Amino acid sequence: MNNPILLIIQREFLTRVRKKTFLLVTLIAPVLFAALMIVPGVLASLPEDNKTIVVLDEPSLLIPEEGTEQYGLDYLNPTEFDLELAKDFLRSSDKDALLYIPSGEGWDPDFIRKNILLYGKEDISIDLQRFVENVIEDRINKQKLLRQGVDPDVVEQAKTFVSIKSFTLGDEEGSEETSATPLKMGLGYIAGMLIYFFIFFYSVQVMRGVIEEKTSRIVEVIISSVRPYQLMLGKILGIGLVGVVQFLIWIILCTTIYGVVSTFVFPDLLAQSAGAGAPGMAAPDMGNVEGLQIFDMIRSINFPLVLGGFAFYFFGGYFLYSALFAALGSAIDQEADSQQFMLPVTAPMIIAIVTAMNVIQEPNGPLAFWMSMFPLTSPISMMIRLPFGIPIWQVLLSGAILIATFFAVVGLAGKIYRVGILMYGKKVTWKELYKWLKY
Amino acid sequence: MITAKKVSKHYNKKVALDQIDLNIPKGSIYGLLGPNGAGKTSFIRIMNQITAPDTGEVFFGEAPLQPSDIARIGYLPEERGLYKKMKVGEQVLYLAKLKGLTAAQAKERARMWFERLDMVSFWDKKVEDLSKGMAQKVQFVTTVLHEPELLIFDEPFTGFDPINTNLIKNEIKRLNQEGATVIFSTHRMESVEEICDHIGLINHGEVMVEGALLDIRKRYKNGTYSIVTSAPIDYTGEALVSSEVLHTGHSYVLKLDEYPTDLVVDLAKKGILVGFEEILPSVSDIFIDIVENGPKA
Repeated sequence: MNNPILLIIQREFLTRVRKKTFLLVTLIAPVLFAALMIVPGVLASLPEDNKTIVVLDEPSLLIPEEGTEQYGLDYLNPTEFDLELAKDFLRSSDKDALLYIPSGEGWDPDFIRKNILLYGKEDISIDLQRFVENVIEDRINKQKLLRQGVDPDVVEQAKTFVSIKSFTLGDEEGSEETSATPLKMGLGYIAGMLIYFFIFFYSVQVMRGVIEEKTSRIVEVIISSVRPYQLMLGKILGIGLVGVVQFLIWIILCTTIYGVVSTFVFPDLLAQSAGAGAPGMAAPDMGNVEGLQIFDMIRSINFPLVLGGFAFYFFGGYFLYSALFAALGSAIDQEADSQQFMLPVTAPMIIAIVTAMNVIQEPNGPLAFWMSMFPLTSPISMMIRLPFGIPIWQVLLSGAILIATFFAVVGLAGKIYRVGILMYGKKVTWKELYKWLKY
Repeated sequence: MITAKKVSKHYNKKVALDQIDLNIPKGSIYGLLGPNGAGKTSFIRIMNQITAPDTGEVFFGEAPLQPSDIARIGYLPEERGLYKKMKVGEQVLYLAKLKGLTAAQAKERARMWFERLDMVSFWDKKVEDLSKGMAQKVQFVTTVLHEPELLIFDEPFTGFDPINTNLIKNEIKRLNQEGATVIFSTHRMESVEEICDHIGLINHGEVMVEGALLDIRKRYKNGTYSIVTSAPIDYTGEALVSSEVLHTGHSYVLKLDEYPTDLVVDLAKKGILVGFEEILPSVSDIFIDIVENGPKA
């Protein structure tokens, strides 16, 4: 006799993988993802659009500042031009903007700073405005210092930048670790988001599949051959398998695209942009000392735990939610009816994502603790915490709660499912669902 | 083939089946009849092990019903359908494999059936591209492909067009002659009268009468006779139920307490008797009779 669950898994998997949309999503997603990583770097490296600013500097505040390559400064002679003439000059010239610095009564810095005007032929960009403001602020500051009899160079030298090296002191001697908080934050957050995405995307597909079987009326044909729990389980596993395959393809494609692009197309550029975005990947390109630090940081993360945890919460969360969604799907006739039931089921996941930042900022706080124990949020919340080094009993407890809940939910969902798939044309209420548990 | 002993099923407080005893003989074409909500589908789902009875036992052959028996049953539910996006051939093979056939067996038998019902061209089509009649044929093939010993059809001919109804009735008769036991469940009692040899009438979760159809009809006969003559006769007694003039002659329906030997002999002597027959009650007449007057021994 054939194993019916295997047959069902096979069908669920093949019908989805063979769809054109699967191929499309699988191929396009990594391209988009790679584009997200590459495009900002490419844009930043594009030759700047140089602009020239005409300056009517009545108090001679800026002179002889020449500006930068991007924003050049051209001075008008204040004895020949007033503001109106300068505006006319800008209109008839090929310059881009006009900066007007009035001298006012005497040389009052407070008057000057309040009355500076900037005209552009087009809208003034934030970048340009910030540049001008910085230049003027710097000048006025220096002027103020000079008036107080202070040498601006002395002030410049007195400025100090502090950079602290932080460590995590373990219980044992010699278990000091370089603190890698930013890396851990990024890792936890990305892993949590991936789990959230996976659970949401594929659990809803389970629900759709159940509704499809119900509306096409094939479900009774099927369950006269296999037990309802086998159909439910086969569907959950089959769609989960689709998800795993899709994820693997994405990882391979993303790595390949990233590798090819960074090696052949923009080698320097990508190392830089990656250095900003994902510190771990660009280690070789950084200075020696920093490189070592990053190596230490990576070493300070318990990767087997994080990877194992990721796999566990990835599947645990998916199984738990997909069983809930399967029960939901069985209870309704069409997807449009799913809304009233969807929200209570998905709310915990959304809360887990909304509180992700709080959990990251205080990974051992009470919110983080309880969120990572509650089984409907733990796959996301605990995943976010894992890179920070969590007491092992907490990880085990959270895992045990998740597994226990999974079995309880599958039992209950299976009961609702068994009744629900044979119910047609009935608007289901929560009360009704509760009754089905006792059939 | 199937024996139910004191089978009960409740849904919350609603009684679907109340201690029913049924016996479906091997090789019979059995009509499981009753109005909507009588409990027919509940019993069918118990036979298919979609649900379990609360109390009582069901035997398949000699032994209690076992999970493996579902491979010996072919079931066409009232709510039926196919995966719309799946190709016909693939789908038929999938459903056959779920019933325990190997891939090779499934393929061979599917080919055979597709040829027999003239549907070879469907194989690579998607179900959503089939006409309703074509989909019905496919549905029928999926029901019988694993050569079940017991075939259960719930409201089999609703939604089937007349050509398919005929075709499939003939196929079912043939399968029955080859040894399969067939159960038709329907509330349209007249639709299966001509092909069933056994019936079970159920109402409100109880069996009202069960047995060989002919026996039951004889048991419930009420002395109604049909006489056709070539010339009008002068018969106006209370026994006359109706009379009409047909192009074949004059037809009279009489309801009598005794067999009308004298009348028939008399008409025959006059040479005007064209036809005479005792009218046995239809199943729906019997059903109404029992609902109104209770069952007869």
